[in-house]
Amino acid sequence: MRAYARLVARADGRGGTVLAELRGETPLLLRQTPGRGRAVTVYVVGGAAGPLAGDDLRLEIDVGPGAAVRLHTVAASVALPGRPGVVSRMVVRAVVRDGGALHWLPEQLVAAAGCAHLAESRVEVAAGARLTWRDEVICGRYGEAPGSAVVHTRVDYDGRPLLRQSLAVGPGAPGWAGPAVLGGAPATGSLLVVDPSLPHESATVEGTVARLPLAGGPATLWTATAADAHTLRAHLEGEPLLTEV
Amino acid sequence: MTTSSLLLLVADGRFPAGAHAHSGGLEAAVAAGRVTDLATLEAFLAGRLATAGLVGAAFAAAAHRAVTSGSAVRGSTLALLDAELDARTAAPALRTVSRRQGRALLRAGRAIWPEASFDDLPATPGGAHQPLVLGLLCAAAGLSRAETATVAVHGTVTGAASAAVRLLGLDPYRVQALLVGLAGRCDGIAAAAARAADDPPERPAAAAAPLADIHAEAHATWEVRLFAS
Repeated sequence: MRAYARLVARADGRGGTVLAELRGETPLLLRQTPGRGRAVTVYVVGGAAGPLAGDDLRLEIDVGPGAAVRLHTVAASVALPGRPGVVSRMVVRAVVRDGGALHWLPEQLVAAAGCAHLAESRVEVAAGARLTWRDEVICGRYGEAPGSAVVHTRVDYDGRPLLRQSLAVGPGAPGWAGPAVLGGAPATGSLLVVDPSLPHESATVEGTVARLPLAGGPATLWTATAADAHTLRAHLEGEPLLTEV
Repeated sequence: MTTSSLLLLVADGRFPAGAHAHSGGLEAAVAAGRVTDLATLEAFLAGRLATAGLVGAAFAAAAHRAVTSGSAVRGSTLALLDAELDARTAAPALRTVSRRQGRALLRAGRAIWPEASFDDLPATPGGAHQPLVLGLLCAAAGLSRAETATVAVHGTVTGAASAAVRLLGLDPYRVQALLVGLAGRCDGIAAAAARAADDPPERPAAAAAPLADIHAEAHATWEVRLFAS
């Protein structure tokens, strides 16, 4: 199944945000919900199971100067196998313009047994804009070994590289479960916060959660591994970090 | 001297760049109880190869390409590679270590190949990242891009393996046998890294390892440690 969705948000000139464009197709449907503050809140509503191998889903997000958007998904996305040798793909392209804010806080990606999934995000953040970006991967449904999943995240800030990371799990990724990568943890993820107004903080680590100030801009990456999805979410909640959105 | 002898000299752990002071994240993994024996060491090395090994080798190969291609923009290419490597190194402790190792390697490189173009490296605070210096140093030694990637990958596994012998008291013969068993995989990673050097700088491997970041930041807080990283 192929699907394309697009969201364009603009400042309404009165301190709020309007959606200049909101289109999608099954299984990538977008629904605006009543929000709070000056941001609009949009949910990605999965219109079908999956993604299944062979699916090719693309989402484009354009947040204009001074506009603010919160994006969620209604449920975890479970990458499932399909025809052999075929991958499923979810591509997100986002642009956040000057003074804009994008908070991408989806539910978790579950790499089910036998899946072959690629999640690829590319985000351009203008100087002075804000971004919250969460990626969480659960390695297999309960009690099962995962298929192959790669979560690739590429973020630029003010035209310069800020974050490049590609997390690979499953049979296609040698050593992924071992002590150099996940140490047997079935849940892992990261939360990137780009916010020029936040004070500079030093790195901290507690158990298997680390707060890592990045080199390429006013940004911090929280990275974590956990024994389950619930614990992981507690580490990467994000909501308390969102001010005035 | 033939190229093959130069390859051995540059890849040798006794090359005076301080590699022996680093465990490649192994000391923290041992302290966390995650590496305890040969089997867990093998899993650790497999993960390091696929993540830090691939990324480091890809950037060493890309730096080698930038200087051997004779490009007029090699300085700006190296600066971009340095920023791209920063973006692949989320943990500040790992960025610091990479730049410190780069400085140590640069001292050796400047002394041994004074005519080489190390001045093309970006004037980043803390020095350039180690893989970039390695790429230039290997180019100065006349090594090929593929050999450069091989040297980088070799350093990834041998540093951690020799640290394992010291930290865990493992049988050095069995650790060496483990490395011999991984040699084919090392060659495969090096070949992939050498190919990636032809991609635009934002494209090459960005393999993430959450525990590498977490271990590195924990290790940086220790007051007493055997290894610098």
